Amino acid sequence: MKNLLILGAGTAGTMVANKLRSRLPRSEWKITIVDQDNVHHYQPGYLFIPFGVYKPSEIVKPRARFIPKGVELKLGVIDRVVPEENKVLLEGGVELPYDQLVIATGTTPRPDQTPGLLGPEWRHSIHEFYTYEGTQALAGTLKDWPGGRLVIHITEMPIKCPVAPLEFAFLADDFFKKKGIRDKVEIVYATPLDGAFTRPIAAKTLGGMLEGRGIKLEPDFSIERVDPEAKTIVSYDEREVPFDLLVTIPLNMGADYIARSGLGDDLNYVPVDKHTLQALAWPNIFALGDASDIPASKAGSTAHFAVDVFTENFARHARGEPMEKQFDGHANCFVESGDGRALLLDFNYDTEPLPGTFPFAHLGPLGLLREKRLNHWGKLMFRWVYWNMLLRGRRIPIRTEMSMTGKVRKTAEPSTAAVTSDR
Amino acid sequence: MPVTTLAGRDLHVDEEGFLTEYDEWDEELAKVLAANIGIDLTDAHMRVIHFLRDDYRATGQTPTLRRCTNAGGFATKELFDLFPKKPAKKMSYIAGLTKPVGCV
Repeated sequence: MKNLLILGAGTAGTMVANKLRSRLPRSEWKITIVDQDNVHHYQPGYLFIPFGVYKPSEIVKPRARFIPKGVELKLGVIDRVVPEENKVLLEGGVELPYDQLVIATGTTPRPDQTPGLLGPEWRHSIHEFYTYEGTQALAGTLKDWPGGRLVIHITEMPIKCPVAPLEFAFLADDFFKKKGIRDKVEIVYATPLDGAFTRPIAAKTLGGMLEGRGIKLEPDFSIERVDPEAKTIVSYDEREVPFDLLVTIPLNMGADYIARSGLGDDLNYVPVDKHTLQALAWPNIFALGDASDIPASKAGSTAHFAVDVFTENFARHARGEPMEKQFDGHANCFVESGDGRALLLDFNYDTEPLPGTFPFAHLGPLGLLREKRLNHWGKLMFRWVYWNMLLRGRRIPIRTEMSMTGKVRKTAEPSTAAVTSDR
Repeated sequence: MPVTTLAGRDLHVDEEGFLTEYDEWDEELAKVLAANIGIDLTDAHMRVIHFLRDDYRATGQTPTLRRCTNAGGFATKELFDLFPKKPAKKMSYIAGLTKPVGCV
């Protein structure tokens, strides 16, 4: 009997457990999945809590409900991986041997990494919405906030769901308008990037949307510290941005046990082959979801497409044969833009988000990089898809590989905008 | 790949002008590249540039700012003083390396 050990029962780990349990013979493979608690959070829902769209109870369920029969869910805190001995140590002395290891313990916000963040103002005038506790605390503050200067701030890339801070800015603008206090609120968007997004075409569209809403962009802002008394954030090049309410995205880092195990880079992400997700240092270790260093969005959709490729490759890999499928870095993200509309971005390692249409079975084509009501409904519907289909490893009608169908790329001559298609 | 001419030599660069061939770089060229972006190279600059070059040779990747701090021992503040506003981009440009991977 061989052991497949999965660390982390979040989005990626749970999908792997479901997809591989149905593929691997039970007489040959034992599958164990480890997490520190039994609470699964629908993390895309964190964005909506501050604005009262979702209640906290709507975005949590027990992890065990999504772990299939034939997979053991083990609760415990990971102390370290010992790759030389093919085993994982849990706190309290439990040893878990493995033949193949999947690291899917994600990334977490680390407010302690920026001086001044965790002071007396934390959770009062300084907030984050990347944790269950944080997003509820922010909801409490926003409910009675009389207005002032709201600064939305990204510490350093990469972050989980790189569009979430933009969505927060758009939703905040809408929220204050509907409350009738938009004229009392100044919104500033401070980012270490040189624009609203990492890739040029989307950066232009999204930057224009910030501008159209009167949200001031503060680009190239690399934070050194927060001054909680003066209520300013201070950059390394000594720019100061004052705030009445700071909503920051703290530095994101992989789990500390990855550093203790000697498996991570400077942010505790596991260096992997970006097409197979196999750890560069160990052929029987894979890192999926947010835990790896692949140059793609840290997002559930990326995890989903990567897991599809990994699970198709796994049986051959376990037999010692070469892996055939290649992950292309595909991400597919709805971006809420307020007032019941959203954009859709669809891109991969090589192709930046482009305008056009995205074919979608049953629902009809969705507008890419354009604000549409249908995209907003797609985003809200996704919560049901997540709990009922995605986590359980059921097929959803989106191709694993990014497709050029419907995408529009402007050519050198602007007059001949070409619509490219599959082959 | 586009080719450009700097300091009397033909060089391979990407769309943004970052060198793409590790071996086409030397210290003379670094001075020209630095002057292009308004930086007068000192020994303090060169210590950072040599760290970038050595780390790239060892890892195959341009180090991020965080790695320059953790592995190179340079204070982030110092890097911002030496290469104002956009240290990661400016350092790698002068060192003749591609930009560090900017993730989405």
